[in-house]
Amino acid sequence: MFLINCPFCGERDQSEFSSGGEAHIVRPKQPTELSDDEWAEYLFMRKNIKGIQFERWNHVHGCRKWFNVVRDTSNDKILSVYKMGEKPPVNYK
Amino acid sequence: MKNKYSVFSLIKNALSQHENWQQAWGNPEPKKEYEAIIVGGGGHGLATAYYLAKKHNLKNIAVLEKGWIGGGNTGRNTTIIRSNYLWDASAGLYDHALKLWENLSQELNYNVMFSQRGVMNLAHNLQDVRDLKRRTHANRLNGIDAVWLNTEEVKKFCPIINTSPDIRYPVLGGTLQRRAGTARHDAVAWGYARGASEMGVDIIQNCEVKGIKRNGDRVEGLETTKGFIKTNKIGVVAAGHSSVIANMAGLKLPLESKPLQALVSEPVKPIIDTVVMSNAVHAYVSQSDKGELVIGAGTDSYVSYTQRGSHNIVEETLRAILELYPIFSRMKMLRQWGGIVDICPDASPIISKTNIKGLYFNCGWGTGGFKATPGSGDLFAHTIANDEPHKLNAAFNLNRFVSGDLVDEHGAAAVAH
Repeated sequence: MFLINCPFCGERDQSEFSSGGEAHIVRPKQPTELSDDEWAEYLFMRKNIKGIQFERWNHVHGCRKWFNVVRDTSNDKILSVYKMGEKPPVNYK
Repeated sequence: MKNKYSVFSLIKNALSQHENWQQAWGNPEPKKEYEAIIVGGGGHGLATAYYLAKKHNLKNIAVLEKGWIGGGNTGRNTTIIRSNYLWDASAGLYDHALKLWENLSQELNYNVMFSQRGVMNLAHNLQDVRDLKRRTHANRLNGIDAVWLNTEEVKKFCPIINTSPDIRYPVLGGTLQRRAGTARHDAVAWGYARGASEMGVDIIQNCEVKGIKRNGDRVEGLETTKGFIKTNKIGVVAAGHSSVIANMAGLKLPLESKPLQALVSEPVKPIIDTVVMSNAVHAYVSQSDKGELVIGAGTDSYVSYTQRGSHNIVEETLRAILELYPIFSRMKMLRQWGGIVDICPDASPIISKTNIKGLYFNCGWGTGGFKATPGSGDLFAHTIANDEPHKLNAAFNLNRFVSGDLVDEHGAAAVAH
């Protein structure tokens, strides 16, 4: 449990938000061309990182907007928050 | 067995003030090479090593554990054992485990305190009633004992449940599996460790895997905090940390690791002699032999490796517990903890080969792996020894996420998530 600094509403309790999982998984441009392996990769396979992870959150009990978060999953510290469509911060790997 | 436990050994050791009990398992330094290495010294990993040595005659096996054995999810779960799953593949897998549980104390010469006190799953709305009745029929077709109880029968079986029609989520009935129950979770790890150690398995604690050495498409060994160890077969049973190990081999798994928490109350006199689970309100409760109420809560919604869990989840669970069992309103909770569970998209486990030769994964047990411990170890040992899955775990391969042949137990199996 932690606080998330929503880029639209400010700092709120994590229980107001819904986690959308790993960020920057690009939707296939031509789904009909995809092989079964590529579909599996897109739909199911996840990095599930212990450490610094880029992820999507939705302020579901607030402004209902999606945004991105950089969080260390080993201690739940949030390192950065940025809006959808913005480039991810480069100082985290 | 060198030091067989029996009433005579108990009397003999009582006469010497219990000062001469032998160490139950060894504490060796790793050798340079092993026939097979199991990564993860929890119940599943130790069971795998035990059955590899016992049924498949492997002589040179090691179990590597980064902490102490049974210190992960084996020691953190709510000890519920049942096999009332919906789909045929799951029914086969979990009932295989339940059958092994029934004889496990004798098999291991170690009291795992398996208690078939029954598990009851409650229905709170019409869809629950339909789903649970359907599952009861499916279970019976698969030879698994299951009965449907109406509200009065639920009340009779567990009198402290509030069956008033006026509560927010009224009890409309439930299913009961009488062969289901609980066991002492630590004893399972200790019993398998002792049995495996007796057959020559090296159980190496405080040894963390740092890397997997590959030669093309096959494994050659493991980099660990105690140096490089050579082996051709690696069985990974790392629960919440499965993806961490997979990433070392350049593999991605269909898993997300999330904290799942549980809590226990102060000990009280016997009040609930069964296990009651409720999916819709997300709470389950049983009572330990010490008298503590053992309460299971839900998972957090986000990936985390913190072994804590959020306060709001505990709050929701206790709210549900209080509505169902008003008698618990003045109980004090003593301890709360979290474990990291690796959840598959279809809520079924993976016991599988990978596309890297000699690398096997047993993971994805999510919120309900404890119940499968003996079966999981047995089938994973078979898979490693023969380089082929047993027919009971064939459906639980990694390739199902490519073929689409999922074993979708989400919600369908009375699984509390």
